[in-house]
Amino acid sequence: MRFIKKTHYNQDIQLFKHRGQLFWYGALGVALLLFPLVLSEFYLGELSLVFIYAIAGIGLMLLTGYTGLVSLGHAAFLAIGAYTHAYLLAQGWPFPVSLICATLLSSLVGAIIGIPALRMTGIYLAVATLAFAIIVEQVLSHWVSVTGGFRGMAVELPSIGSLSLDDSIAFYFLCLFVLTCCLFLAMNLLRTSTGRAMTAIRDSEISAQSMGIHLAYTKTLAFGISAGFTGLAGSLLAHKIGYLAPDSFTLLTSIQLLLMVVVGGLGSLHGVIYGALFIGLLPQALALLRDTLPPVLAQIPGLEPGIFGLILVLVLIYEPQGIYGRWLKIRNYFEEFPLYRKATHKRQRSYLRTERLK
Amino acid sequence: MSLLTANNLSLAFGGVHAVDDVSFSVNKGEVFSIIGPNGAGKTTLFNLISRLYDTSAGSIHFNGQDISQVPTHRIAELGIARTFQNTELFEQETVLRNLLIGQHVHRRTNLLQEFLFLPSARQQELRFRKDVEDVIDLLDLQHYRHQVIANLPYGVRKMVEVARALCIKPSLLLLDEPSSGLNPEETEDLSFQIEDINQELGTTIIMVEHDMNLVSRTSTRVMALADGKLVAVGSPAEIQQHPEVLKAYLGE
Repeated sequence: MRFIKKTHYNQDIQLFKHRGQLFWYGALGVALLLFPLVLSEFYLGELSLVFIYAIAGIGLMLLTGYTGLVSLGHAAFLAIGAYTHAYLLAQGWPFPVSLICATLLSSLVGAIIGIPALRMTGIYLAVATLAFAIIVEQVLSHWVSVTGGFRGMAVELPSIGSLSLDDSIAFYFLCLFVLTCCLFLAMNLLRTSTGRAMTAIRDSEISAQSMGIHLAYTKTLAFGISAGFTGLAGSLLAHKIGYLAPDSFTLLTSIQLLLMVVVGGLGSLHGVIYGALFIGLLPQALALLRDTLPPVLAQIPGLEPGIFGLILVLVLIYEPQGIYGRWLKIRNYFEEFPLYRKATHKRQRSYLRTERLK
Repeated sequence: MSLLTANNLSLAFGGVHAVDDVSFSVNKGEVFSIIGPNGAGKTTLFNLISRLYDTSAGSIHFNGQDISQVPTHRIAELGIARTFQNTELFEQETVLRNLLIGQHVHRRTNLLQEFLFLPSARQQELRFRKDVEDVIDLLDLQHYRHQVIANLPYGVRKMVEVARALCIKPSLLLLDEPSSGLNPEETEDLSFQIEDINQELGTTIIMVEHDMNLVSRTSTRVMALADGKLVAVGSPAEIQQHPEVLKAYLGE
């Protein structure tokens, strides 16, 4: 077990609480920087996709995991980010400016959507955001002059000045850099007043109000920030898929995003990363698994989505706190090793309840 | 010198007059208790003062300012803090974070400073923490600092809620049945803590309470309500002898 002697309040504020943490995150950072030397282009591409999912996940986690507002329409913000970015690039805007504008526009749309959503929580909000996503999908299909309608639109290759970011290694580093920045911003937000106001709203609106928190403002802000992160992920995703069409951003994408934060573990940024790894890599892992199966089993149609779904259900039943929750328990076991008590994490309630959502 | 004045305050839910033409004033530095049978309108009165409900008629003045139209989230900034009858804490957070949320009204940073965690944001966090630690010391909550609320026993939660309200640095503190669910020993501690808050911090306290022992030990004045109407105001001893009050509790 580790005992930390605290001598200054700064120690509770720092992002890395002790040297051990700093060492392991440093090691992870070095490993991520060295991956391009070892991994093939295919795996780098898959990792870039995981990073993009994670950026979108940060956005949704701030909204759902921290503010307690469910959204089933986040694919719409992904689409707004992607299309805005692709359109501005086609108009000849430089890459970084276009990226920032796409982020800001998604954020603005998110804040506007947040306003009617103020009076709704839970299932009503989920349905309202779902409706919004469907509207956006329709707009994308029919606003031909900007989006190219059903024909879609090609996305220009990413480059900063004369430096091309098109090859998989450069794009990998771009995604890694953006993800690191986003994590830094999100962690900062969560350790200051605004982040705490968001969690206050999640846990009790009535006392949040009595603590001087402006509900409408904070919820709108949460929507705006969330949509901004997701829009940024969308503009990177545009480069990853190379060609945008309305059916790249469907209800299924929204559900995948929501599953990502739930499976990863609601209410933690670690959960976002675990969720992104799960959603991003599991399909590939299942495809690999299929190759090793005997032909009778391997030829069953729909095997991958089936196994995917099964794993999801098992996670939700046996570990409602997600992969991160499970990790905490495993870590706790080793920290207290000979003294670990079996009942420490025993759940008292036999029914499923999402405590982090209203 | 009166800090809070209510004039002809009324609130009706349809035909039910939860608060009916109640006028009273609370002086600076007082501990003012409100008693009454169940359904007398005590908590409703609190909800009117903290602006969770809109008044049907009458007005509330705080520090000379009419607060009956002020938005709910501005009440804390004006210096009115409250607790809830059945505790409304942020269950999934630690005690420390709950108290830091209480500091929300004192924030001076903007969103950009927070996103980048500029030195101004760090300074503010350190200042908040210092103020929170003062409150923790006052109410003896050191043991529970890093514990999540959902794991705490009820008595501690009640104190955490008082602590969170104190983090607003209020000039008026509204306590809604602070002793409900506490054992006799905890209730005794509570009476000392109410005195501490009142005398060391100079906070004016309005308290809804059923425990007459606690009320008579701590209160300067007591107001009795029944069926939404004011029955009597006076010293604890006067109220306990008052024939109208006895009638309200015991019937004719």
